[in-house]
Amino acid sequence: MNTVLLIARRELGAYLRTMSGYIIIAVLLFLDGLAFNAFAVAGTAKRSSEVLADFFFWTSGIGMAGAVFLSMRLIAEERQTGTVQLLYSSPVHDREIVIGKFLAALAFLCLFFLGTAYMPILVAVYGKISLGHVVSGYVGLILVGAASLAVGLFGSALTKSQVVAAVSSGVMCVALTMCWIVAKVVDRPFTDVVTGLAWYGHFEPFRQGLVHMKHSVYFGLVTFVALFAATRVLEARRWR
Amino acid sequence: MIQVDGLNKYYGEHAAIRGLSFTIQSGEVVGFLGLNGAGKTTTLKVLGCVLLPTSGRVIVDGFDVTRDPHEIRKRIGYLPDTPPVYDEMTVGGYLAFVARLRGVADANVAPYVAEAEKKTAISDKHDDVINTLSHGYRQRVGLAQALVHKPKLLILDEPTGGLDPVQIVEMREVIKGLKGEHTVLVSSHILGEISQVCDRYLVIQGGELIAQGTETELSEKLGSGGPIEIDCLGAAGPTIELLKKIDGVVDITVAKLEGQNLSLHIDAKGDVRPALVKALVQADIAVLRVDRAAHRLENIFLKLTHGKDA
Repeated sequence: MNTVLLIARRELGAYLRTMSGYIIIAVLLFLDGLAFNAFAVAGTAKRSSEVLADFFFWTSGIGMAGAVFLSMRLIAEERQTGTVQLLYSSPVHDREIVIGKFLAALAFLCLFFLGTAYMPILVAVYGKISLGHVVSGYVGLILVGAASLAVGLFGSALTKSQVVAAVSSGVMCVALTMCWIVAKVVDRPFTDVVTGLAWYGHFEPFRQGLVHMKHSVYFGLVTFVALFAATRVLEARRWR
Repeated sequence: MIQVDGLNKYYGEHAAIRGLSFTIQSGEVVGFLGLNGAGKTTTLKVLGCVLLPTSGRVIVDGFDVTRDPHEIRKRIGYLPDTPPVYDEMTVGGYLAFVARLRGVADANVAPYVAEAEKKTAISDKHDDVINTLSHGYRQRVGLAQALVHKPKLLILDEPTGGLDPVQIVEMREVIKGLKGEHTVLVSSHILGEISQVCDRYLVIQGGELIAQGTETELSEKLGSGGPIEIDCLGAAGPTIELLKKIDGVVDITVAKLEGQNLSLHIDAKGDVRPALVKALVQADIAVLRVDRAAHRLENIFLKLTHGKDA
């Protein structure tokens, strides 16, 4: 069996065999349901597509927070318990470890996204939405989730402590979120650069039902850079 | 099987290993002795391709650890000081995962796992979840993962660490059973176990190799195998005078004297036990016990590392 899939399968098994993953998903679903009820469907009369866009807005933020918590254990726990030595002494490349763990966490995060599907269904029952809008929104959510998990995995590779990993990943994700505020106080040409770094601007078209290649590339690039950095950190640990 | 030449490993400014050189032949069971912080674990991590050396050359089965670590990893089984087990997995599931990770073909996984479980006497724990196992069984599962893919070289870092006396005996038997099939490098500071499973020893201190050889070679190198203990029935003065005349006897001290029951500690060069017994019997002194082996390796070890007897 391919080594990446082997590691991914074991990692996914670890999420499914322990309570922590289920608890994180349950809490996320609760918060997402709450946000949907309180903000997405509440207020003045809205069109179904607006409700759906608001649902994707809140789910993306909650999904990002969930990704930080799901990814904090990926490498940090292995170093804490010493099981990383099993991987280090096996004929496995560091990139295979990183990608395997990333895929497992992404698959588990998709379970959360799957659990949110009842909300668009409710909107469809009481209103009218296009399937394309739903698909576009969920593609956006998966891209945001993948980028957040990759950043979280990088944070997890930096330390033995899961708490420190969660905090450092959280800070990085918040920094990517807050770039649009920074963009307001810097001059050109930095405004464009900083604005381009903010993830939310790239998610906006997805939640409105549009899939753009350039925005997909942004999330792909963040994911790649973070996974590459995590791989480098693992490699560097052998030289420490 | 292993060639280490001028190995150095630094953690920042601190040198964990300095100029370490040694060779291990295929099929040998070699004990790696040293106090805590001597550099044993770091050396084993370098051999296990977990850490890369700062400088020096390390060749395992013809492959260099810095150039071909992947090839070496296929040929070794490594048990760190803490067994690298995933608590939530079953023993069988974990061993199957490790076997696949180390390149065992799917068709061979089940028989290889069964064989590793049999060798480490954990067959009855196949379906148990690892976090329900005792420390001794976790250690055995750790050993099973190291040998599940039938590696040429087994690197065992303190496999008896934290085990109770019964578990230590059981683990020792398991390691003895590996002789012949694998080259084994085993570290420990519980010297009693090492002395019963190893063909040869490497003694390390402060990151440097300070001695190597068989127990006899190390003993001869130091000129003494440690004190001989004799229990006999006789008067202290005449008995000591009699034994002092024997060639090789350096010093005699009375360890215990209760009536005619006399216990002596004798420092001697070489093995003078036959001469001691012969002299006592000829003088009609009953010999109750002659012993040296029990603390022999500890003595060698302490002399090498601290320059004193146990």
